[in-house]
Amino acid sequence: MNDAAVVPNSRRLAPTSLLAPSVTMLLLWMIVPLAMTLWFSIQHYNLLAPGRHAFAGLANYVELLTHRALWIAMGNTLLLLGLILATTVTFGTAFAVLLNAEFPGRQVCRSLVIAPFFVMPTVSALIWKNMLMNPVFGLFPWFTRSLGIGSIEYFSRAPLLSIVAIVSWEWVPFAVLILLPALQSLNPEQVEAARLDGAHGFAIFRHIQLPHLLRPMVVVAMIEMIFLLSLFAEIYVTTGGGPGLASTNLAYLIFREAFFAWDVGLASAGGVLAIILANVASLFLMRMVGRNLQDAR
Amino acid sequence: MNRSSKITWAVALLGWAIALAMFFPIGWMFLTSFKPEIVAVSTPPTIVFSPTLENYSAVLRRADYIAFARHSVAVALGATVLALLLAIPGAYSMAFHPTKRTRDILVWMMSTKMLPAVGVLVPIYLLWRDLHLLDTIFGLIVIDGLSVLPIVVWMLFSFFQEIPSVILEAARMDGATLFGELLRIVVPISGPGILATALLSIILCWNEAFWSLNLTTVKAATLTVFTASFSSPEGLFWAKLSAASTLSIAPILVFGWMSQRQMVRGLSFGGVK
Repeated sequence: MNDAAVVPNSRRLAPTSLLAPSVTMLLLWMIVPLAMTLWFSIQHYNLLAPGRHAFAGLANYVELLTHRALWIAMGNTLLLLGLILATTVTFGTAFAVLLNAEFPGRQVCRSLVIAPFFVMPTVSALIWKNMLMNPVFGLFPWFTRSLGIGSIEYFSRAPLLSIVAIVSWEWVPFAVLILLPALQSLNPEQVEAARLDGAHGFAIFRHIQLPHLLRPMVVVAMIEMIFLLSLFAEIYVTTGGGPGLASTNLAYLIFREAFFAWDVGLASAGGVLAIILANVASLFLMRMVGRNLQDAR
Repeated sequence: MNRSSKITWAVALLGWAIALAMFFPIGWMFLTSFKPEIVAVSTPPTIVFSPTLENYSAVLRRADYIAFARHSVAVALGATVLALLLAIPGAYSMAFHPTKRTRDILVWMMSTKMLPAVGVLVPIYLLWRDLHLLDTIFGLIVIDGLSVLPIVVWMLFSFFQEIPSVILEAARMDGATLFGELLRIVVPISGPGILATALLSIILCWNEAFWSLNLTTVKAATLTVFTASFSSPEGLFWAKLSAASTLSIAPILVFGWMSQRQMVRGLSFGGVK
């Protein structure tokens, strides 16, 4: 950091000033909406009843927290998050280990496996809804019927699991994208040494590859969590939150409060709860993973 | 055949089976896009048919599809340019003139992503309404650009760090100004890195659905909104929908395949060495 001293050039702008635009914009982008959400959440404010704008105290929170819909949506949010994280990390790890092995066409396979990550969520949801899971024309019902086990209406009988399937298909590639290079960065001598000591197959995975993957797994889980807490497009396109509230998550509930009931106060209180949930979940994840990382040492 | 080559074949078989299974939905959609509408909904499903380009020409004849595609291009490019304009100076400053707080600023930038979009949906909607930015391309560019900004800064920071500082010192000796140094040395040297960052940003903005579904309707609606409008089952429309979907995802899929290696670095935020 002695470079400033090298050229005492008075015409030079202070380099740190170049940081100002991005920091300012991000600060505004974060603080202004956050402050507004907090403010609206303690107001009686409905766009359908203009002029009746009044301080509400905690009334919006009380109304939300005593409403069954909120708890269902919270439960669905966490269930979706947990199931999708478990599925994507498990399959992502398995596929990464497989694609880490040498075999003909490995590069092509890798490209095919990560492809779903680049498909826009609305298209993914439509492919699955129309072409794969449609009860009349879909491939899955046709397949199970021709095996003689019949079929079910996926989106009305198992709406949450259907959404988990779609979203997992989109995010397993992301896990592979992060975990595969991590595996490749593992020192081959370490694996070779273990093999000479008589370890093979699963033992190598369990004692060498898995510990090495824990940190990147955390990265995968954290990033996915940020996106999955706002999971919206897939629900919007497939079930519309239904049947009833069966697949309504927090994001969808807030969307409905805001754009069907136009209740700004209530929707904002929901937004605050979503922010709290995000931070609690990330703390929980960090704690859990931190403990595992220590165990692995 | 000895034991190890048997294992190789088993692995290859499994690898290909999984790869084809993962790609199958996309492949099936691609295939459907060449089917006549009647064939597209036939049961049992068939892979034997005389392919037609009729669906593609039907989609491309529709003025609205072209308009949505134009909005998507404008938003993805605009947001990426905005993010790069803000991020390049910032990443340069942190990579070459680090201070005690550089590390904290980087972490803080990423932590802004911990604010779930749905948490600020209502205020952004009202703010955009009052600023007359609802359903405008500019409004969506600002949101998408700021959403990808932290990722773009991190990725550029990691690319800039690889430039030997000796080169910059030499330029400084020659009396280069701060902007001269940035524009004539840093940007050209890390060109490939900036390109990879731009590609990732374009991919993320192109596929962004939450904000475009909630803040746009017609004038700035992107392809994600266009495809979402087909959510109600329209049995005899699948082939055309497949053609429209294929056109909507093809460029991004190609970008993604092209930049998969560099992208990993940007997405893992230094978590993977």
